[in-house]
Amino acid sequence: MPHVPKELRYTRDHEWAKREDDRVRVGITAYAAEQLGDVVFVELPKVGATATAKKPFGVVESVKAVSDLFAPVSGEIVEVNTGLPQAPETVNADPYGRGWMLVIAPSHKAEWAQLLTAEQYEEFLAQGAH
Amino acid sequence: MSAASYDKLIFELSSPGRVAYSLPESDVPTSDARSLLPEAYLRAEAPRLPEVSEFDVVRHYSRLSQLNYGVDTHFYPLGSCTMKYNPKINEDMARVAGFARLHPLAPEALSQGALRLMHELAAMLAEIAGMDAVSLQPAAGAQGELAGVLMIRAYHAARGEKRTKVLVPDSAHGTNPASTALAGYEVVEVKSQPNGEVDLDELARHLDTDVAAFMITVPNTLGMFEPRIVEITELCHAKGVQVYMDGANLNAILGITRPGDLGFDVCHFNLHKTFTTPHGGGGPGAGPVGVKAHLEPFLPVPVVTKDGDRYALDWKRPQSIGKLQAFWGNFGMHVRAYTYIRTMGADGLRSVADNAILNANYIMKRLEKAYDVAVPGPCMHECVVSARRQKKLGVTATDIAKRLLDLGFYAPSTYFPLIVEEALMIEPTETEAKETLDAFCDAMIQIARETETSPQVVQDAPVTTPVRRLDQTRAAREPDLRWSPAAK
Repeated sequence: MPHVPKELRYTRDHEWAKREDDRVRVGITAYAAEQLGDVVFVELPKVGATATAKKPFGVVESVKAVSDLFAPVSGEIVEVNTGLPQAPETVNADPYGRGWMLVIAPSHKAEWAQLLTAEQYEEFLAQGAH
Repeated sequence: MSAASYDKLIFELSSPGRVAYSLPESDVPTSDARSLLPEAYLRAEAPRLPEVSEFDVVRHYSRLSQLNYGVDTHFYPLGSCTMKYNPKINEDMARVAGFARLHPLAPEALSQGALRLMHELAAMLAEIAGMDAVSLQPAAGAQGELAGVLMIRAYHAARGEKRTKVLVPDSAHGTNPASTALAGYEVVEVKSQPNGEVDLDELARHLDTDVAAFMITVPNTLGMFEPRIVEITELCHAKGVQVYMDGANLNAILGITRPGDLGFDVCHFNLHKTFTTPHGGGGPGAGPVGVKAHLEPFLPVPVVTKDGDRYALDWKRPQSIGKLQAFWGNFGMHVRAYTYIRTMGADGLRSVADNAILNANYIMKRLEKAYDVAVPGPCMHECVVSARRQKKLGVTATDIAKRLLDLGFYAPSTYFPLIVEEALMIEPTETEAKETLDAFCDAMIQIARETETSPQVVQDAPVTTPVRRLDQTRAAREPDLRWSPAAK
């Protein structure tokens, strides 16, 4: 079972969300990175764009597949990992650290509670998530 | 040097001053290119084209041709692609002078034979699919999809409805969301059940008056027939939603059932899959699209019509989505597909589906102990196995695919459908003999055994191909698409 940090929240589309004061940092999980295989291309929105929970905010492409990236919460995108498109391998190397994608200033605080806890996400993976 | 070890580029054969042509002295006045073309379009230096003799060219390409891997030389179980044998009579017919040398702009009166062939092919495809009308114009399956979605769009618009979304299952071919987006719709992904079937509750949840169409592949991409398909099309129609069938897997249902009878409003045909016209190198594709009567006014122009015994191209169709393709589609493919249908006949086409299904199930049965079958059978024309068991031992679907190349087989589709972990999608088609299927299954079983006893052999494959394993990650991250001389 790939690493699922306890302190993070998760989506069923395999994004993680990390609370940092009143902001939320977003990336994809180790499980997603492993399933995708070597990531070769990452497309992220610009700072100032709006993210909508459960809607795509970007695209990640690996040697196997192209996948949409889904926002865990809604809000303004206040920070983007601009180094990622030049170094997409970071997503595989350090999905929960240097492979982060966005920071969102959430507009709907209630959405946080709807995200999966680490235990729920692990259970979801164990049930053969796809 | 054996064919398999030949790895030269034509550029590497270049020797300064060597030429493969000899032109006579010019007997017309010459002009300086600078007086004819704007400065911006002039090269500063001549392109570095290879300098080779005629014999160099012939030998080089003859050798490369010996590296070709095709269905005429090898088993090619590439799932979803229907790599069946293409009968050579198709090629004979496509070369009949009256077809091959006919100019597409020849007047109708001089093109009656060609127009008749197109009219009859459209009618035969309509009969096969249970549709009311067919356009032969799209040049490939994806263009057929685009034509179909544009017709659906025009249909809703003509009724004064503004629908903005198209539903596509997560098991779909990538072309479905692509054509839908190109036609200006928002794509909404519908999660499938783990066995690949449409989740009716999930579908019902998405169906509203903003949905223009639901696109679905039957049999689905896991090689399974959708058991509740009639319920699905009825559910969609109740909400005014059009239902599109991706015809990629039509080979499995030829003569058994028809998309039109299942309630589909539109479907496309891949002539290069189901109807034995060449894939890729042998010629362009063709993706005719069939519709029910309510969508007929929106067909691309021109439509081939018949009046008495005269055939004509009808351009006066005010509701048409317009023209999609140069001239009348890839006509040479129409000749081949027509020839195939006429040589097979109705009984023959039915036996295509029967044998395609039998062959796929035979493979599934023989592999079910060595690999995890994605969905318990029986399957339709293709089966999907997962290498998840092998992955635990360090061998992935990619490794298995590469090892198959060493053992003399083309690899199945890998990592598709996306909803199956470590997927290997195997489509044998009806034209393979039991001996070939057995040899392939033996190779697959051997690889499963090697995974347990000597995984390195599988991980290091291929070792017998002209090039060893390529670094596909680096190729994608740092594409180098142009030859340049090696640094000396």
